[in-house]
Amino acid sequence: MENVSVSVKDLSLSFGAVTVLDTLNLDIKDGEFLVLLGSSGCGKSTLLNCIAGLLDVSEGQIFIKNKNVTWEEPKDRGIGMVFQSYALYPQMSVEKNLSFGLKVAKVEKAEIDKRVSRAAEILQIQPLLKRKPAELSGGQRQRVAIGRALVRDVDVFLFDEPLSNLDAKLRSELRVEIKRLHQSLKNTMIYVTHDQIEALTLADRIAVMKSGVIQQLADPMTIYNAPENLFVAGFIGSPSMNFFRGELQLRDERAFVHANGVDFDVSAYPSRGPFRDGQKVVLGVRPEHVRVDEALSRQLSHQAVVDIEEPMGADNLLWLKLAGQSMSVRIAGQRRYKPGTAVTLSFDMAVASIFDAVSENRL
Amino acid sequence: MPEIVAFNAIAAGIEPEAEKDPVALSGPWGRKPRRALSPRNIIIYGTLIVVALYYLLPLYVMVMTSLKGMPEIRLGNIFAPPLEITFEPWAKAWSSACTGLNCDGLSRGFWNSVRITVPSTIVSIAIASVNGYALANWRFKGADLFFTILIVGAFIPYQVMIYPIVIVLRELGVYGSLTGLIIVHTIFGMPILTLLFRNYFAGLPEELFKAARVDGAGFWTIYFRIMLPMSMPIFVVAMILQVTGIWNDFLFGVVFTRPEYYPMTVQLNNIVNSVQGVKEYNVNMAATILTGAVPLIVYFVSGRLFVRGIAAGAVKG
Ligand SMILES: Nc1ncnc2c1ncn2[C@@H]1O[C@H](COP(=O)(O)OP(=O)(O)OP(=O)(O)O)[C@@H](O)[C@H]1O
Ligand SMILES: [Mg+2]
Repeated sequence: MENVSVSVKDLSLSFGAVTVLDTLNLDIKDGEFLVLLGSSGCGKSTLLNCIAGLLDVSEGQIFIKNKNVTWEEPKDRGIGMVFQSYALYPQMSVEKNLSFGLKVAKVEKAEIDKRVSRAAEILQIQPLLKRKPAELSGGQRQRVAIGRALVRDVDVFLFDEPLSNLDAKLRSELRVEIKRLHQSLKNTMIYVTHDQIEALTLADRIAVMKSGVIQQLADPMTIYNAPENLFVAGFIGSPSMNFFRGELQLRDERAFVHANGVDFDVSAYPSRGPFRDGQKVVLGVRPEHVRVDEALSRQLSHQAVVDIEEPMGADNLLWLKLAGQSMSVRIAGQRRYKPGTAVTLSFDMAVASIFDAVSENRL
Repeated sequence: MPEIVAFNAIAAGIEPEAEKDPVALSGPWGRKPRRALSPRNIIIYGTLIVVALYYLLPLYVMVMTSLKGMPEIRLGNIFAPPLEITFEPWAKAWSSACTGLNCDGLSRGFWNSVRITVPSTIVSIAIASVNGYALANWRFKGADLFFTILIVGAFIPYQVMIYPIVIVLRELGVYGSLTGLIIVHTIFGMPILTLLFRNYFAGLPEELFKAARVDGAGFWTIYFRIMLPMSMPIFVVAMILQVTGIWNDFLFGVVFTRPEYYPMTVQLNNIVNSVQGVKEYNVNMAATILTGAVPLIVYFVSGRLFVRGIAAGAVKG
């Protein structure tokens, strides 16, 4: 159990008859930035509240710093929490908001002042200390909310969608700030979001959740490039992965996925086990792993027609029709195609994903 | 205007003759004019004035009558202002009108009512707000059952409970005293006030409560430092409800107290209905206005506080 910071063991939680979390296990290393990612209602906040001690678990245990805190009060767990709605005390000034927890814990005045000014300096909110929350902008409020966790000198930071109330520009600014904060403080951070960009940019590891079950727990690159199952593959990436449902065919020492009357040569795919002839599968290819009009090799190319073009500046997103199925391809921004143009596609199968159509797991 | 049009035209690289463009200068521009005497306004204000008169007229008659002497009243002209203003009836109503046995006016009843209303209001609001807070935020075991019982309690007619309460108060040894009446008012205010506070606290952002718990605040710290300062509007509402409700109470006052502790409403009734001598309408009117003055003042004063409370509490996030 060396340097495990937070450990969740066989955790279950139900609200009456509804089971939200079901025997969930999760180990988070010291200093790690773990992101809980999942669609709305999958139980991310519930898990975070259990770790914080704001919800009583139905079954299982929670350890923080190797101490069993399953029955401890939130304040005794060594955690700080930042909420989506900021949750600043409206009638208190920023300074009072920051120092409230310390005053409750009866910390000495001098120590309180020291910690508040340090947090204010880190988050650059010194000029705001005398203001009320209502007099702050959204970004400033969220900074104060982070500061409130900061002053408590905790081992573990819990963030529940801290940026989702902010506009896009502020969000990306604060995202960088949170990352910088983590790099300088080196605390353990657990961060809930349903924004995959936040997850991919911030996380050391991402736990992708669906209906209270962790689907995959891995570093961002693995999650993105080698999704463990169809759900993770479809959830991560924007626009999402192109899926082709078909059948595996083994011929002449080569492997093909036969879908919509088209043969995709997947011999280059690094499969985990041997392929079975006739197996129903789903082939997944990310938009940026398809080349347009620059064939890898002659046999691997396919004909498609441009349907819609979405130029995004740095890159250009093409929506194509391939054998009647719509798919997206990302190409460099300066390469433009008119709708209706016929193009030749080739797929980079070495970085594709193939899932069993029934179990939906990666092959 | 024309200069601006010309300027824009130049800026856009158009010949300045666009200045003469009739479309840009005629037609609707700026704020839409509204007629003061539209049929809609006439109906709205007409209705409001009629309704206001309907309610103000009795008050007007009362004030006028209370300022007249008895000879003038006997002339029967109830809408006419007093020819000769006298405050005699007011003084009499307050300090020397006869209420059944004694003749020291409404003043005794006034102080009784104050001594009943103030503690009942404070105690019931204090208990109900903590109840509501616990019900909304600390989902304790059996909270739902407790809440259900409370709500059912709010719908039981008072009359059903009068006799049992008389017995309970007698057993407690407080029957007929002010204490007994205060206890009764406190208990009867509980269901509706608890409901009021519970709903208000349940409407406050839950994350605020969670944040306070993470900060280490306990039950009372959260109540006093976080919830109370955010809840002034609902406390004012509860205060208005209780003060007016208890001040205007007649039934409990008659049933649960002895004559020397009768609240103002009961005394008013005794003055107005006393059968000895002539009916002194001016004294009756003055007494009625005096009795109704307290709820009126509460409405006026706290109404302003209430608005200010809402404005101060309007903090998003
Ligand atoms: N107090 C409660 N009583 C009953 N069900 C609840 C309660 N709180 C949450 N749930 C249910 O538990 C599930 C998980 O909720 P949770 O808040 O953890 O979702 P989430 O993953 O955080 O979603 P979001 O991204 O929308 O915040 C939801 O289906 C929700 O309806
Ligand atoms: Mg949530």
